[in-house]
Amino acid sequence: MKIADKKTTAVSLVEASLKRIEETKDYNIFTFIDKDQALKKAQAIDDKIKKGENPGKLAGVPYALKANFLSKNRPADASAKILTEFISPVDSTTAEKLDKEGAICVGCVNLDAFAHGSSTENSYYGPTKNAKDKTRVAGGSSGGSAVAVALDCVEFATGSDTGGSIRQPASFNGVFGIKPTYGAISRYGVVAMASSLDVIGFFAKSAADLDLLMSVTAGKDEKDQTTLPDFYGSNDTELKKKSVGFIKEFMASEALDPEIKSALETKLAKLKDKGYKIVELSMPTLEYALAAYYIIQPAEVASNLSRYDGIRYGFRTENLKADDKTPLDLLFENTRSEGFMPENKRRIMIGNFVLSSGFYDAYFLKAAKARTLIIDEFNKAFADVDAILTPVSPNPAFKLGEKISDPVAMYLEDVMSVPVNLAGLPAVAFPVGENKAGLPLGLQIIGPRRSDKNLLKLTEELA
Amino acid sequence: MNQKYDITIGIECHVQLKTKTKLFSEVDNDARGKEPNSCVSPVDYALPGMLPRLNGEAIKLAIRAGAAMNAKINPSSRFDRKHYFYPDSPKGYQITQFYHPIVGEGYIELPSGKKIRIEHAHLEGDAGKLTHFDTYSLVDLNRVDTPLLEIVSMPDISSAEEARDYCKELWRNMVYADVTNGDLYNGNMRFDVNISLKKPEDKKLGTRAEIKNLNSFRSVERAVVYEYERQSKLLDRGEKIKQETRGWSDATGKTTSQRSKEEAQDYRYMPEPDLPPLNLSEEFIKAEYEKCPALPAEYRTRFADIIPADTLEVLLDYPELVSRLAEIAANDRPVDYVANLFASVLLAEENASLLNDPLPTAAQLTELAEMKAKKELSSTAAKEVFIKLFEQKHAGKSPRDLAKELNLIQENDSAALEAIVDAVLANPATKKAQEDYKAGETKVLGFLVGQVMKESKGKANPAAVSEILKNKLK
Repeated sequence: MKIADKKTTAVSLVEASLKRIEETKDYNIFTFIDKDQALKKAQAIDDKIKKGENPGKLAGVPYALKANFLSKNRPADASAKILTEFISPVDSTTAEKLDKEGAICVGCVNLDAFAHGSSTENSYYGPTKNAKDKTRVAGGSSGGSAVAVALDCVEFATGSDTGGSIRQPASFNGVFGIKPTYGAISRYGVVAMASSLDVIGFFAKSAADLDLLMSVTAGKDEKDQTTLPDFYGSNDTELKKKSVGFIKEFMASEALDPEIKSALETKLAKLKDKGYKIVELSMPTLEYALAAYYIIQPAEVASNLSRYDGIRYGFRTENLKADDKTPLDLLFENTRSEGFMPENKRRIMIGNFVLSSGFYDAYFLKAAKARTLIIDEFNKAFADVDAILTPVSPNPAFKLGEKISDPVAMYLEDVMSVPVNLAGLPAVAFPVGENKAGLPLGLQIIGPRRSDKNLLKLTEELA
Repeated sequence: MNQKYDITIGIECHVQLKTKTKLFSEVDNDARGKEPNSCVSPVDYALPGMLPRLNGEAIKLAIRAGAAMNAKINPSSRFDRKHYFYPDSPKGYQITQFYHPIVGEGYIELPSGKKIRIEHAHLEGDAGKLTHFDTYSLVDLNRVDTPLLEIVSMPDISSAEEARDYCKELWRNMVYADVTNGDLYNGNMRFDVNISLKKPEDKKLGTRAEIKNLNSFRSVERAVVYEYERQSKLLDRGEKIKQETRGWSDATGKTTSQRSKEEAQDYRYMPEPDLPPLNLSEEFIKAEYEKCPALPAEYRTRFADIIPADTLEVLLDYPELVSRLAEIAANDRPVDYVANLFASVLLAEENASLLNDPLPTAAQLTELAEMKAKKELSSTAAKEVFIKLFEQKHAGKSPRDLAKELNLIQENDSAALEAIVDAVLANPATKKAQEDYKAGETKVLGFLVGQVMKESKGKANPAAVSEILKNKLK
């Protein structure tokens, strides 16, 4: 990052960022540009530097907020119609911490509405295009964040990762992304998707930048009782075995793109050369991860989306007349029917189904048990290896529109990323070059809980 | 009540806990007298991305309430989401403890000695309030996520009176445990009563109806009486009871159907992922459990043989009075007379307003009782001093000073009394009475005593006067 670069000013960094945002407009990255505030804040930072005051660890660094992060006086609509015109009165803990360290938010970036999706096509604002190929998807749900960093609009961007929403777009666009240990960073003020899976993380150009961002934002937050006691940088799990595993079942998958497979093999060979022991892991339980994920996640989604009822804020229907229904029922039904995207509705329906009386034990409880087995399987693996290297997704960026009408094909994109969320583990996605068609390829390195910092160090060795 | 059918009753009671802040946020939990929607944080308002923060004080009060129902506290409990759409529920779900409640099995012992078992009690957030108008409704979220403890009894209750007694005893225990303001009028405790009827020879319980949201002991009792009549008439005609939720109207004295079992909502319970499981150490539970103050049952034991049982039952509805009696008793002073003053004077209808004034101190009450015992005050005078002690201008005064000020100290000095008696006997107006008495008409003595009392301006001790008169008229 240009953070330490004393030759420039915050104002010139922000101006460059705003210029680049303008130049890349046709990628449909930003949903809100906060030009005046950003320039004002940049001026304040420059004044601080002039006066010799400490401007913070991220002074003058322009960044983008994924539009599901609340920040004071900015829209936080999660690219969803039902939240249009919602201006947040509060800061998410992450926005607050970044702000305190002098980082400058230049705007909010696109996502699949409520982070439901793997392509950013489910956005009320339309899809964000891939940084390398405008006919392809940006990945998702944090598509806007990944492309904003890949195309140099900003130095870094925030993201949220429930089933791969940071790692997959990072790999589709050739940037670094971290999905921290569950509870490492406060979720306070981030529009909830599936609370037991959601983590806050970042996109940047290097593992070192991600490390800096983690050190600024990780830590216990009383506003989020699921945050872990502070560990980042002091009590991280050490990776001392000099041993990295790969998952047999993933490598054998017919769905796996051969070029991704060979990129992974190349990295394993590189690690072996560096003296790492390479271990083949059999993890048969992961086969159930996607099924478990698509039960737990929609259940929590359905629950978390219940608050959008048109009563207190956001979009409210105007269709309140029908003979057979009360205005109150119509207010709920029509606000939600008109305000949610089809993918939101699909997940609400699945979620409510698996939670309904008589089905809870058969679906939700079973999925919760499968989740425990997956956690156990990872724990067992980490008894032998420091970290596990896998693809992020079986394929590079697909064509816009290619999978949008086939939800199951879209869900299959998440098959290699969701086990990490179910187990609450940290993982870093990093670029490993491009395929023959010039599309970025990415891998992820997964570590035991609280190994985030050491995982980033390992990423630096690998990249 | 007609006993053709056995009644089986189980009661769920929602107790609002008197925490400073709400169950999941840091805004004021006491919205009395405040503007609608003024005690609402972004968390209560359910803005996107807001997360509940469990209030530790509510946990402590729940443990103390558990102690007040002789219950086991579960060292590990959890929260769940109960989903429903209604404008009084901003999140679209209520955070409750469906699967793993904090308070386990316990019991409430009624004054009759019967024990009503508690199945469990769980913590949850209250809902907001709606006010309906002709064409619109207004939402007030001040009450959202006020901590509630829902106490679920076993179906051990078998009459309307017992239902009332249970509610009352539960209320007393919660108030003595100091976990709630206990203001029934303002909904601090609300009762849902489940009632079913069966023939005495039947083993299986009948189909139950649930009467929701009763907020007085009297409505609990009346509603049960009404339901017995309603259900028994249906059963007499060979009809079936529908499982349903019914509402009670104090005005009409009837229950009416609100929602049948078929219309019952599916709440889609789910573990609350935003709150980690609540794990409490044994020491923590023990410390809070032991903070539970003395309960009515203990006072019944303590004051048995000192205060008549029916007087004590009346006083037990007023924790402040009972605690004052306990304070006096703790100093080894007698409490029977003070208890009597409380019951017969303070709680008399004409003195209702006194309850709003500060209660005289233990020292004041003890002194007053002693003056009465030493006959320095007549019974009438003692009551007068007692009532005056509540007046702000007499606050803190010793009853003796006050009695002197009011000229109410009783004359016990026999020389002084004899002088007054002599004066009365010398009065020609009493001559006839004196003669009658001597002729054997002893009932005129009362008239003569009255004359002496009048002469003494009420300060003479009537018993002493009577003795002196008897001697003089021999």
